[in-house]
Amino acid sequence: VIGVEIPYWGQTLLRTLGVTVAVLIPAGTAVYVYLFKMVSFMQSRLGPMEAGPYGSMQLFAEVGKFLQKEDLAPERADRFIFRAAPIVVLVTVFLVYVAVPFGPSAVFANYDTGIFFALAVTSLSVLGILMAGWSSANKYSLMGGLRAAGQLIAYELPMVLAVIGVVIQAGTLNMQGIVAAQKNGEIFGWGGLGNPYLLTQFVGFVIFMIASQAELTQTPFDMPVAESELVAGYLTEYSGFRFLIFFIAEFASAGAFAALASTLFLGGWALPGLPLDASYMNVVGPIVLFTKMMVVMFVIFWVRFTYPRFREDQLQRFAWKYLVPLALANIMATAVLKVVF
Amino acid sequence: MAKVVPGVLKGLGVTLREITKTVTPRRFGGGPATVQYPHEKEAPPIRARGVIALHQGNCTVCMLCARSCPDWCIYIEGHKEKAPPRRPGGKPRNVNILDRFDIDYALCMYCGICVEVCPFDALFWSPEYEYSEPSIAELLHDKEKLTEWMETVPEAPELEAGADKKK
Repeated sequence: VIGVEIPYWGQTLLRTLGVTVAVLIPAGTAVYVYLFKMVSFMQSRLGPMEAGPYGSMQLFAEVGKFLQKEDLAPERADRFIFRAAPIVVLVTVFLVYVAVPFGPSAVFANYDTGIFFALAVTSLSVLGILMAGWSSANKYSLMGGLRAAGQLIAYELPMVLAVIGVVIQAGTLNMQGIVAAQKNGEIFGWGGLGNPYLLTQFVGFVIFMIASQAELTQTPFDMPVAESELVAGYLTEYSGFRFLIFFIAEFASAGAFAALASTLFLGGWALPGLPLDASYMNVVGPIVLFTKMMVVMFVIFWVRFTYPRFREDQLQRFAWKYLVPLALANIMATAVLKVVF
Repeated sequence: MAKVVPGVLKGLGVTLREITKTVTPRRFGGGPATVQYPHEKEAPPIRARGVIALHQGNCTVCMLCARSCPDWCIYIEGHKEKAPPRRPGGKPRNVNILDRFDIDYALCMYCGICVEVCPFDALFWSPEYEYSEPSIAELLHDKEKLTEWMETVPEAPELEAGADKKK
């Protein structure tokens, strides 16, 4: 696209830089705009105001604080696994962004089965969380880790089933293909908006958002870190920069799920009225996708700061008795309509 | 399920309304419930229990306040002196001179019993609240400092109609 041959090591460097930016920018923006500011406004206060104009530098202050702290590990902890766990969680977030397209050729790896890959790596984060819970040598951590495992497995299913509806309608597992299908789609013969699957797969979108809320262990589903029951769940023994990595991973994965939701249901980097294959879309596309991600993240955090926590049994019942049947019915309906139209 | 959904949406409405209220400027009736403290200050109510001020001239070293203090945070020392008689030919009077009157605000729990119990109106509440110190020992206010607080004591409110006047 650029017309310059970049050596392999240069490409690797650029990709590393790109994915780091893609992970950190949405995560940092979400922490400042939603975690610091929006929740404060919901509680009728202003939030951080001192570090930088309107507290915009607060994030750097927080990071600096975490980096100063001692990197502790409990005496009886399984040191190697304890130290590796946050890295595993963060790496899974990076891997999700690998498959998400930002523009016609601005994609780290254009897999034929991109959405399959993305959903597969999101479920890897449970491994890191279980590692953290198990190796901490702490009953609260273990309980938190097990709760996280049970919850993430329970909600993985409705999420995948919700995505199947989109895949049936788009007819492809390729993320670029899903974006193109929404851009070129028509609703009852009218193609002015394309066919963002938010409209035709609304049930799937709602299931996907609920399931990703649970996958992110955001508040109505935050039993794994329920502070009033489990201290901080699998995070209890972490401090310093390892806690910071968990913290970044939490918000970066919120960004990753928002990116998936925007790509699957909101049309991804494409906008009605903009061409699908112009090379300037490689610059405009990321901005469009970022905007859509921010809207989705607003919903995620809005829900997070509105509701109290589910009970563990309510959580499981909600997943298995309501979401999974609803998702299956959605697949059936989508399949029937796909044949009819 | 059908019963749950309206309540769930109502909850989202509550938080969204609160956001709009907080970001609306104060002059349009919005704004946060909090105050950006060091930059803007809330005026405390006139009878706020901020700090206790001492009117030295009224104190007779009777020790009632020190004895009634639940935290034992008032330290009083005094001595007796002979004062000239009130009318010529009389006996010289005994007067109590206040040597030390300290309140340790690190201990004080702002119950106000000392102010209530003082029979000679020597102790007053002042709404002043900004006297934090970097060192805990400096929270012990001596009688000079307690006297300085007298300037911040608000005027006593008007008595109600028909109330007993103090003689």
